[in-house]
Amino acid sequence: MLTFLLRRLGVMVLTMLCLTIVVFFLVNLEPNLRKLSISQTNMRATDAQIESWLVRNGYRDNFFERYGAWLGVYPKQPNIDAATGEASPRFRFCDEPSEARFSGVLQGDFGCSTKFKTTVGEKLFPALVATGWLMFYVMLVMVPGALIVGVLAGMREGSRMDRSLSVASIASTATPEYVSGIIFTVVFASWLGWLNGSAATATRSGISFYNFTLPVMTMAIYGMGYIARMTRASMAEVMTAQYIRTARLKGLSFNAVVIKHALRNALIAPFTVIMLQFPWLLTGVVIVESMFRYQGFGYTLVQAASNNDIDLLLACSLVSVIVVLVTQLLSDVGYALLNPRIRVS
Amino acid sequence: MESLSTFEIIFQIVWRFWPVWLSLVVAGGLSYVYRSRLGLYGHLFDTSVGVAGVLFVGFWVFTAIFAGIIAPFDPIGVVPIMKNAAPGAVDAGSGEAFLLGGDKLARDVFSRMVFGSRIVLVIAPAATAFALMVGITLGLPAGYYGGKIDSTLSFLANLVLAFPVILLFYLLVTPGIIETPIPYSMAGLFFVFPIIFFVTLFYTRYQPRPMVMWTGIILSVVVGVWVWVSLVSNEIVVAALYRVGLSPLGWFFDLPVFKVISIEPGQLNIFVAVVFASSPGVFRIVRGLVMDIKTRDYVAAAQTRGESPWYIMLWEVLPNSRGPLIVDACLRIGYTTILLGTLGYFGLGMPPESPDWGTAIKDGSQLLRLTPWPAIVPAIALMSFVLGLNLLADALREESLKD
Repeated sequence: MLTFLLRRLGVMVLTMLCLTIVVFFLVNLEPNLRKLSISQTNMRATDAQIESWLVRNGYRDNFFERYGAWLGVYPKQPNIDAATGEASPRFRFCDEPSEARFSGVLQGDFGCSTKFKTTVGEKLFPALVATGWLMFYVMLVMVPGALIVGVLAGMREGSRMDRSLSVASIASTATPEYVSGIIFTVVFASWLGWLNGSAATATRSGISFYNFTLPVMTMAIYGMGYIARMTRASMAEVMTAQYIRTARLKGLSFNAVVIKHALRNALIAPFTVIMLQFPWLLTGVVIVESMFRYQGFGYTLVQAASNNDIDLLLACSLVSVIVVLVTQLLSDVGYALLNPRIRVS
Repeated sequence: MESLSTFEIIFQIVWRFWPVWLSLVVAGGLSYVYRSRLGLYGHLFDTSVGVAGVLFVGFWVFTAIFAGIIAPFDPIGVVPIMKNAAPGAVDAGSGEAFLLGGDKLARDVFSRMVFGSRIVLVIAPAATAFALMVGITLGLPAGYYGGKIDSTLSFLANLVLAFPVILLFYLLVTPGIIETPIPYSMAGLFFVFPIIFFVTLFYTRYQPRPMVMWTGIILSVVVGVWVWVSLVSNEIVVAALYRVGLSPLGWFFDLPVFKVISIEPGQLNIFVAVVFASSPGVFRIVRGLVMDIKTRDYVAAAQTRGESPWYIMLWEVLPNSRGPLIVDACLRIGYTTILLGTLGYFGLGMPPESPDWGTAIKDGSQLLRLTPWPAIVPAIALMSFVLGLNLLADALREESLKD
């Protein structure tokens, strides 16, 4: 078990390194650097001005030196004034030092957001907390809902309830967030007026039923169908097992068999699916947060990507990759713990 | 402004789709009559879920084909007076009604929805086909040989899968990237896989008949290179090739032969990004299937006969894993449609006036409170198409399990 975990951790670190290099390469493509420079100087900057801004702020240094500096294995260089040779901090708004020193992700310094004019940490962590609340409520709605639907559909395979619930689940997997969000907003916010079509007030003055129901519902619906389908398949399989027949034959009622004998075994497979839903939810978070104007991780990612805010975007990708890899690991380990027939090797 | 009643709107919409209904009746009727001879497809007509899936998907396929006849207006044409017009408002100039209203730029929502189906129904299946090719060509050896090949390819696949889709799109589909060689070389990479696939296919099977083999091989290489060059040979690439001193290549890319089919650089970019994001999924499925199937007796029999590994992979293992692959392809086209919608929703890749559903939803969602129809109509279109594909996949899964 320990060697398994250690090997998995090794692969995870390697994956993170590879992915951040790819992201680093893509954000440093010439058109992206020009975009960044134009947004940081002014719209009518000449080519020479753009170039001098890029040189001054170190964007023309060696690729690997800069990646190393971001990572924290190579000293981060301050700006050197070409005329006087005087060193000054790169970005004043981040209290960066005016001398070279090791200050990267490994040291806990995620860099400086050029878009929000603050350190990445200061921008990213509140956003992650906000998204954490959204995820929490989504899970709170989605997981029990999906499990109930799946169990109800799977306990009598082929019944009318099974067929109608299955079609409903299929329909929910065909409804991405930007479709259901729009339909819900039109029905519940514009037409009925029950709920708020924007979660902007949730960022300012706290989460309430009025402003948070629509984003949560929108996100929960898309993932729900998939989990429900998996639960149904697993439940239907368990219901055909020998020990269920034995339990029925010894005279237990159908409900008792379902609750006491079938449910526990039927919920093992959906556990993996639920864990693997997290990476999927990341895309959903981005869509829902931009649609309902909720300032969380997804909103930050969109802002970082559309302004080519290099350090913020790298931090965002690091966070998303960690989420994906950790949920994969948890689902593997958890599956092995839940199902004694599986051995980790 | 004159306006139609709700009943008239519904009647006119139904009437507008007449080529679709006609084709559905003909195609559906013929398939129903001959369903016993049509194999897996024919079995779809045994269940109501299957019939519903065929109808939904058929509806959109025929809508895409007959879009020019169905749509009364130009999808990007502007009729200034019809800005944000309510559904059923009649355009005095042409006498035709804006059946589902006008959007904020005074374009007909109905016509845009109809023409949008064309973009979606071309890119989504094509991208899925390429993802399948890449996934199969890499998944077969990974599952069959195992060992080093498997661990390397699986690591790469997991690497791409660990990338959140939306971040990948933001990085790969930014407008600036079409000036770099990345999308064109990636498109080239993806075109290598179908060529490898077909060349190996012909090479392993038709060695006793060299004529057939060489015809097949040459044809796949020529067609593959022709399509790739056609897709990447836009002005930016040709100009760049001349600039870096590869003028013979630039001249070659500029030949009129390669202008027969063409694609917008932005759309090529989308295509590449979608294939890239979805091939690792296919790879994992194929790899799993091969690992399962290679333990079967007929594979052992082929090995004893002395068949080459690639013959066994392509002509023994692959045909026997077609059931799950067809189901996955159906689901994957639906998922790709959703991805295209996501790209459109974030305004990535597609030109801003494009009638595709995602872009239309994005444009419409800004004025949702006052005029919901420009967003609702493409949203329901997208949902119904994906729903049809999912129902189809579900019915196919049930049927292929029965065999």
